[in-house]
This record gives sequence, C-alpha cells and structure tokens, in this order.
Amino acid sequence: MRQALEGSQAIARAVALCRPQVVAAYPITPQTHIVENIAKLVADAQFQCEFVSVESEFSAASVVLGAACAGSRAYTASASQGIMLMSEVLYNIAGLRVPLVLTCANRAVSAPINIWNDQQDSMAVRDAGWLQLYCADNQEAVDTTIQAFRIAERCELPVMVCVDGFTLTHTLEPLELPSQEAVDAFLPPYAFSRALDPRAPLSLGTLVGPDYFTESRYLHHQAVLAAENEIIAAARDWSSISGRTSAPLIRIDGSDEATVGILTLGSVFGTLLDARDHYGGAPVKILHLRAFRPFPVEALRAATKGLSDLIVLERAISPGADGIVAAEVRSALMDADAPPRVHNFAAGLGGRDVPLTIYPRLLEAIGKPQPRMIPIDLDRDQWPAAADAQ
Amino acid sequence: MIEIRIHGRGGQGNVVAAYVLATAAIEQGRYAQAFPAFGAERRGAPIAAFVRLAEEPIRRRCQIAHPAFVIIQDEALAALPDTLDGLRSEGAVVVNSGRDAGALSAAMGHTVYALPATRLSAEALGRPMPNTALLAAFITLTALVPLTGLKNALAQRFKGDVLARNLALIDQVAAATPAGVWKERVNATGA
Repeated sequence: MRQALEGSQAIARAVALCRPQVVAAYPITPQTHIVENIAKLVADAQFQCEFVSVESEFSAASVVLGAACAGSRAYTASASQGIMLMSEVLYNIAGLRVPLVLTCANRAVSAPINIWNDQQDSMAVRDAGWLQLYCADNQEAVDTTIQAFRIAERCELPVMVCVDGFTLTHTLEPLELPSQEAVDAFLPPYAFSRALDPRAPLSLGTLVGPDYFTESRYLHHQAVLAAENEIIAAARDWSSISGRTSAPLIRIDGSDEATVGILTLGSVFGTLLDARDHYGGAPVKILHLRAFRPFPVEALRAATKGLSDLIVLERAISPGADGIVAAEVRSALMDADAPPRVHNFAAGLGGRDVPLTIYPRLLEAIGKPQPRMIPIDLDRDQWPAAADAQ
Repeated sequence: MIEIRIHGRGGQGNVVAAYVLATAAIEQGRYAQAFPAFGAERRGAPIAAFVRLAEEPIRRRCQIAHPAFVIIQDEALAALPDTLDGLRSEGAVVVNSGRDAGALSAAMGHTVYALPATRLSAEALGRPMPNTALLAAFITLTALVPLTGLKNALAQRFKGDVLARNLALIDQVAAATPAGVWKERVNATGA
C-alpha cells in the first residue's frame, strides 16, 4: 500500500527495517530529517538499536566503523561538509573492507557556503573505495537502502547510497514500504567474517609496508569491480520479493532508434523523462547511472550502442578538468566500437532548479561548438563582465 | 496535473500545509508530490512550498513556475514579484487577508478569495497559524480532495486538543466558504 511519506522519513523507516544494531550520526542539512526520524523510531521503541549521538561526523564514521568490526550491523548518514570531515575515516572503512551503509543526502560543498543540492560531496570521495549507488527517486532510495546492506555484507565493502538533498529528502510522495518479513527474508542477520572477538583475537588496521600495500590496494580494486555481481543479484532478488523492478547498474528509458542519449545521476532523471514527453521531437534515450562505483563500463557500452551523441548531465565538476562523470564516461567509451560523441554539461549546482526547459536547451546546445564542459544553466545576468575580459 | 504554490513566512507552517494537502490526495489513492524551496531557514523569511496532484505517478522534480493556484499566508508577500509570478490566467489566489476580495483581485490581477486566517486561527487555536484555515477554504472552493481527507491528514500529524481545535476550524471555514465554485478552474488548469 502506498503511504504519504517524506523521503527522509521513508529512508529512516527502510533503515529500521534492516535492523542495524548501531546507528551513529551527526546532524547536517539536508540529512537531518533522516537521523531525526531514526532517533524518533528508537525513542518510540519501534526500533531497537544503539543510537549514538556524537560530536562530529568524524566520530560518527569512527563509531560505526568500530561497531561493524565488533560484529554489529551499523549505519550512518551525512552530507556535504560532513562527508568532508568523515573522509579520512571513509577511506579507513573501505580499506579495512568493513561492511557499512551510509546515506549521503547530496549537497554542495563550501565555499561559497551553500546548503542546497548538488553531488559534489559524494563525488569528492569517489576514490575512497566505497560502492556508490545513486537514486533517481524516493522509492528507489527505499529499495536501494535495503539492497545496500546485503551488498555491503556479501562483498565486505561499504556502500554509499546517494540521495539528492531536498529534491528527494524533503519531498513527500506516495511510497511503498516493505513489510518486516519481506526485509528479513532478503537480508540475513549480520555476520562479519573478521569480527573482533576476544576468544579469537586478531588485529585490524595494522601497518602495511611497501611489501604488501600494492597487493592490498589492487585486491580492493578487484573487490569493488566484482561487487557489480552482487549489485545485480541484490536488485534481482529484491525485485522478486518487492514486486518492483529496478535496474541495478544503468536504467535505460527510450527507444533503440534514438541516436541521442542523455545520461544523468539522481533526481534529474524524472524531470528529463517528463520533458521528453512534453517537448516530443526525435527519440532520445535517457539513462540513469545508478552504479557509479563500481563504474559499469560494459553496461555503459551496451546502453550507448548505436548512439551518435551522448550528453552527460551532472551535478558536480572537477575545476580545471571537466565534469567528473563525463571524464569517466569518455574513458569508458573511447575504445568502444563506434562510440558516441560525448557532450558534457553541468546543471543544478548548489540547488539551482532544473526545469523542463533544460531538455530542449541540451539538445540545441550539442549542435553548436561547446567547451569540454559548461553549466547549461549558466546565468549571464549573474556573470561578472570582468570575467569575460580575462 | 494540478500545480499549487504556497507562499508564506518561515514559521507559518508552509511546508506542513503542502505536506498535508498532498497527503490528503495520496490517502485517496491518487498521486501527489509536496516539497519546499527553502530559503535561509529562519522565522519570518519568505518561503515557498509546492504541491502537485495527479492521477498518475509524478516524475518531474522541478519547482512550479506556472501554478494553477497560489495560496498566500501573509498578504504582504503578494507585493513581492515572485509570489504571483507565472500564475495561470485561469487560476486563482487564496490569501490570508481581512480586506475585500474585489479590491485584492483588482490589485493582483487575478481572481482572489480572501479570509482573515490569522484572526480565525488565533481565535480557534490560540495561535496565529493561518495554514489550516487557508487549506480548508482552498479545498472547499476547488473540491480537489474531500474535507475528510484534510482532516485525516492532520490527524497523522497532530493529536488531542490541538487536533480537535484544527478540525473545528476546518468545519467553521468550510461552512463560510462557497463550495465547489472553483471546480471549473481546476478543470481548466489541470491539463
């Protein structure tokens, strides 16, 4: 049955259904409602867990790392500066190959300070060794959260579930939450093969010198690549329980006759679908990159086969290079058979609204020479004249 | 799809009003979406919230540029350019005001229904929270959702004396508002 739920409230309920034994978090906009709702479920005795209020995100990440190593399923959530402050621990969690789930309520990173949505925060830690799954809507956020625990625990790798701040976290809409029985049938109790136990002592996090470090890092790389199979399996198995299908790696919407594709991550996907219906015109294939880590090279090549032009629309940039996703897309496609031309646009940085009109603007823009990357919604009225003189 | 924009000041329950309206539609088995456009998050700052109602799943996530209806919780905000921006010509405004609707219509250039929601809520609830009274008037005018849907949605968020006073306020406002006179506007703007 569909219920009226705010995205954050639904994510909190989905987390509770996964029965983590430890939740530690520090509030930060726009993640706050997720943690508040979890705290309320705990306070109302609807959810049994050790809820640890900490003084910073560094501690939140450290507490869940320790809890997971001590044999507890653990969860945290953050955004923006919180992810930045966690980043040292995020690398440790991944390098120690500890299963954890973190919701990133995607938000811009300072400066200039900005509390609104883009995806610079999760992109900034893309190399930390976590799996990253991006959600196009709140139903996908619920389903991905549940899948994330199973993926994390089967792969012994942490999973970051990326949910657009405000655009999803603060939107109320009809959502289906699964029953406790359904989640229990999908997600067995947490068992960590290297859990700390005084009866069988072992060390985690010991110094690794040049003699083993390369092997350790490369094994980690291989484990993240291999996680693709568990991401696919989790989507398939959860679909058979929930009745809702979701594309594990890349969601494809549109006709194979299309020669133009638009690839994006997160909540802009739905706006693009509506825009395509609204404006009509030549067929366009719209792609949602759900799995960013591991980066699904083969799935991307298959999804873009036959396209002459692929627009990568993203909500983060790498100043001095290009968009972050487009650079990886170009790399993945450059030795594909007859690859599409890749056009790169940013949009919606720092919470700028992404309206339906973005769709014709994108299609028009690729017919003209463009920089390797430019914000399609750059506002000339906000642009200092002096900048053009430089 | 019907698109509604709510303008108010931080602390007036703008987001709650949007959530409650969407919840009332969802409880009817319909599709709805409600979300805020947070500005600086402080009491008194101008804030907008958005509601979409539809018979099929709503995919777009953009703000509402061309609403069918605008609900204004503080009439002083009507003077800001953003408040009535993009309002469709067949659409209409519900405004919290004790002034004459005819004069307000002339000033705003749109059909206006006015009710003194701050005073009504102060009397009924003991607090100047205009959102419930404005929603009750809007729903009565448009018949977009049944009043019982509004009441059930409020019952999910409030309880006890606060809920009872809000429910009584809904009945009081509904009785004083012409029922269904904006149905044609809903049909005209719902395409």
